[in-house]
Amino acid sequence: MSAALLNLTLSELSEKLRARELSAAEVTQAELDRIQSVDPQVHAFLRLDAAGALAQARAADARLDAKAALSPLDGVPLALKDLFCQEGVETTAGSKILSGFTPPYDGTAVARLKAAGAVLLGKVAMDEFAMGSSNENTPFAPVHNPWDLTRVPGGSSGGSAAAVAARECFGALGTDTGGSIRQPAALCGIAGLKPTYGRVSRYGVVAFASSLDQVGPMARTARDCALMLEVIAGRDPCDATSAEVPVPNYLEGLGGDLKGLRLGVPREYFGQGLDSQVEREVRAALKKLEALGATLEEVSLPHTEYGIAAYYIVATAEASSNLARYDGVRFGHRTKDAEALKSLGGMYRHTRAEGFGPEVRRRIMLGTYVLSAGYYEAYYLRAQKIRTLILRDFEAAFQKVDAIVGPTSPTPAFKLGERTSDPLAMYLADAYTVSANLAGLPGLSIPCGFASASSDGGRSLPVGLQLIGKPFEERTLFRAALPLEEELGLAHREPPL
Amino acid sequence: MIDRAQVRRIATLANLALTEAEEETLAGELSQILGYIEKLSAVDVTSIPPTAAPPAAGNLRKDVLIPSLTAEQALANAPARVLTTFAVPKILE
Repeated sequence: MSAALLNLTLSELSEKLRARELSAAEVTQAELDRIQSVDPQVHAFLRLDAAGALAQARAADARLDAKAALSPLDGVPLALKDLFCQEGVETTAGSKILSGFTPPYDGTAVARLKAAGAVLLGKVAMDEFAMGSSNENTPFAPVHNPWDLTRVPGGSSGGSAAAVAARECFGALGTDTGGSIRQPAALCGIAGLKPTYGRVSRYGVVAFASSLDQVGPMARTARDCALMLEVIAGRDPCDATSAEVPVPNYLEGLGGDLKGLRLGVPREYFGQGLDSQVEREVRAALKKLEALGATLEEVSLPHTEYGIAAYYIVATAEASSNLARYDGVRFGHRTKDAEALKSLGGMYRHTRAEGFGPEVRRRIMLGTYVLSAGYYEAYYLRAQKIRTLILRDFEAAFQKVDAIVGPTSPTPAFKLGERTSDPLAMYLADAYTVSANLAGLPGLSIPCGFASASSDGGRSLPVGLQLIGKPFEERTLFRAALPLEEELGLAHREPPL
Repeated sequence: MIDRAQVRRIATLANLALTEAEEETLAGELSQILGYIEKLSAVDVTSIPPTAAPPAAGNLRKDVLIPSLTAEQALANAPARVLTTFAVPKILE
């Protein structure tokens, strides 16, 4: 009974809750039991709020009984990446420097989920400060990919992706600065959307790189993501970058064929570095999109190859500034080293050295360097100009097509430990995702097939397909994804846990 | 490209205490990453304007008072406090 229950998608669960075929309390209890049984292998959850979740579920049931559901998410158990401030629940951004930090308020996305009746199960793991593509940049246990426990879930929203894939929740919030929603979604065989820059408020979200960060939904299907996006999107006076653009009904009128939809296939996303099995699965999905009525056209995004380099300048520069606030004064860790505490500067330097892990320190150092006197023009300013060229690539492509389609990640999930000693190899995991962040565009990853890991006995590993759209045209991405995911029928395929 | 002296200079700017071994490792890693980033110098960016953030226009809210944290809430996570202030090591004798 409970296995079948947890294999429902968020949309299916939502209908059954409203039809009162299921109660939010029983579903929430089933999730808590599931977490107890599988999370010792997956390590997705950093902390649970079982009592809070059950209380929220009972309140949802009372509303659902009274036919007064607050939204399609009323009574639906979700998880939060551990950088969303939730009042009274420890929030660490996956870092020792924030250990013990208990936010005195809810961030806007969390407040909106609560107001929509969602049941918040707890906080899930991530790369420290969202810096990483494997979830191995962590002082805690690394998350394991539910499809193959010897492999990474991707990152940085790897806990969110693994928890959804392992049926430990029906959806989760993630954040995406260079691919941190889409890449783990692809590697864990779920759907994940990075909305347009400005679509979702970042108020109450621990900042990494403020011109790139965006909050987004992760769930088993694009349809589920649309339901979540509708709840969290929209203008927020507390985030000046949140846009004054109306939030549409994302699903209304969608479904059916794709006649008239023009999709661009960038040749730069199918070059060197793309795994042959990933390419095979993505090309098969492209054929299906064509069969559904879409027209495919090759396009060129000529500056793609400079995306990672530009990204690592912009992102680290902004991070070095954003992370200056962690100094042991107002919250989080403060060094206990008596010698260091003799001066304010010593307290800063030792607090930060003790609290930040190696990748975070590396990025703060790189960001500080590229912004420092004498290097600013050669690095930061040049990267900002490359950013303009990347934006123009997309603008030119969007003259001809409605959306871009290609692989999300060049490879399926890699082995735990495989890339930890080579930061640069890790960075290249985001080769197809960073451009959408630099250009501020929405990007959606949906599962499109499986590759088999020939190196070790042929385990099936999920492959993701990425759709990139024009600003604020998330609906176009959903339009293409909905019939495709029905055609592919992967939503109920479970990982072998 | 980056030597240990430069690493020390950057670490001072970034307020990070590093051990000698960490300085050594970072010099190598930062050099490798900057070596990769060098590929950007192949692009002609003359007359290209910089983009600091995506064009999505932000909007400032009206400057009106809204509820904020109380002093107690703001201080609740402080590692050390004195009355209603954050306490830090002395900077003046």
